[in-house]
Order: sequence, then structure tokens, then C-alpha cells
Amino acid sequence: MDSATSDARTPLGASADQGFKIVVVGGFGVGKTTLVRSVSEIRPLNTEETMTQAGATVDDIGQVRGKSATTVAFDFGRISLDLRNVLYLFGAPGQERFWFLWDRLFSGTLGAVVLVDTRRIDDSWYAIDRLEQHGTPFIVACNDFGGPVRAGADVREALDLDPQVPLVDCDARSRESAKQVLITLVQHVKNRYAGPLARAGLPRQEFV
Amino acid sequence: MNRPGRDDAPDRLYTITQGRSRSSPDDPFDLVTLVVAESDPVAGMQSEHAAILKLTRFPTSVAEIAAELRLPVGITKVLLSDLSAAGRVSARHPRRPAITDPDILEQVLVGLRNL
Repeated sequence: MDSATSDARTPLGASADQGFKIVVVGGFGVGKTTLVRSVSEIRPLNTEETMTQAGATVDDIGQVRGKSATTVAFDFGRISLDLRNVLYLFGAPGQERFWFLWDRLFSGTLGAVVLVDTRRIDDSWYAIDRLEQHGTPFIVACNDFGGPVRAGADVREALDLDPQVPLVDCDARSRESAKQVLITLVQHVKNRYAGPLARAGLPRQEFV
Repeated sequence: MNRPGRDDAPDRLYTITQGRSRSSPDDPFDLVTLVVAESDPVAGMQSEHAAILKLTRFPTSVAEIAAELRLPVGITKVLLSDLSAAGRVSARHPRRPAITDPDILEQVLVGLRNL
């Protein structure tokens, strides 16, 4: 297995003891891996999970053979927050088959970022719908592809977004911008759980 | 998906885990659980087990272990459960963090702002 174990690994400090996860969901080519790479302290890694199409529990791999097994691959990066806490950032495909795996992989997720290309907004409807169903707090970040800027109200309407859900613009290639996206998400999650009185003011379109 | 060096044929995975594709429902391993080796690899050990013990000399998440071993997450959890049952690895904070706790979320925020 030596070939699989890269010498370039950067291990965590010995005191690290708590992992958190945030999921970046978005369509193909929207910049998920770019965003992960921008803030990750390691070169993004890739892993996968396999299950049958029906989403049923398979207790014997022998049963998988001959059935249509679904494999979902995802990239992830890592951010050491302090000596103990480590945040993992997963880039996940938003397509339908991915959601079969959500509970197994991403229950307990701190929150999600829906990364949107405003030229292909309808790619994001399904992901937003599923996150709402799962009760996972999320924000929407529009990745800037250099095209004409679409007004926030326009995007919000096109996504049929709840007024409570923050909507931000970002540049996934920029570490600072990606960092601000994550801060916006965690602040939103904190507000949501802190009770109505502690909620921040009206959501607004911000350029981060 | 296919990547160089990867062979995720069910036959191979069947061999690695003696036929199990899922760890028990009460296993402590989440995707981001940090795993630490409690012993060194020993001669004759299954190579995947030995690789995990090498990787986890420092705390390493389940996701990183799966990525480094190029194995699906579920299979990796089976291997980790075996090692855990044998006392060779331990999971730090096997229970999930209270992600709705404002103090915990504040710690995450402070960490992000300090990046």
C-alpha cells in the first residue's frame, strides 16, 4: 500500500481531537474543487462511496455484483481551526444519486454552501430543495465567472430562496473570498440556532 | 469512476473485508472522526490494517484514511471497526459534536477568521 500513502501528507497536530464538516454542493464545473482548494491546507483529496441504486443497505458486497451500484466521488480539503478543531470541506455533486448517500456521509454536517453559476441557475434547484428537506442550514454563493453580474434580487427570485437564507457573491479562486463564504455560513448557522432574538438583520446581497 | 491504480471491483473489496460492506450501525466512525493508532503494525498483519496504523500515528480523519487507501468510505469503516475492536486504534470523540452549540460554532468562527 506504500504507493497509496503519499509522503507529501501533512499530518494534523497530536492535539487535534474534533472534526467538523461543511459541504459545498454544486453542479459540474461550478467551482467546488476550486473553492475547496482555495482554503484547504492540504492538496484536495478524493474519495468515494458506493451503494446500490435503490439506496438500500447492502450487507454483503457479493450482492452488489450484478446490481447497478452507484459510486459517488467527492473531493475534500482540510482547515485546522485551532489546536483541537479541524474543519473538513467536502465538494459534493448535486445530482440526484448523490443524495442517496447524504445520510450515511453527511449527517451531522455543520452546514452547506450551494455554489451557483448564475448562467445555469436551474442546476441548483434540486440541491436547495434537498437541503431544505434534510433541514441542513445552508447559504447560496454565486461564483463569479466574469460574466454580467446578475442582481441579487433576481437570483433570489430565480432560486425561490427563503428570505432568511444568505446569498453572497464570491470568487472561488480567492482564498479570502472562499474564507468569507465559510464565515457567512457559520455565522448563519450560529444565528439560526441562537434563537429568533439573536438572528441577524435582514439577509442581503454582499460581495465577498 | 476510474482512476489510475484503483481497482474497486467488488471481488477485491470482498476479500479485504471478508464480505462485509458495512460496519455495525453503532460504530463510532463518522466521515470526520479523528482516528489515532494505539499500536504499531506487526508482521503478518493485513496490509490495509498496517497502512491504517501507519497513517494514524497522528490524528487522521476517516475521510483522509479512505482517500489515502483508495478505498470507499464504507469499506474503510469496516477496517477501522476491526482495528478498534482489537484495541489497535481509537476514535477521538466518537460521539458527534453538538453542532448546534453556539460556543462550538463560535470556536469554528474564530478559527476561520484567523485563517
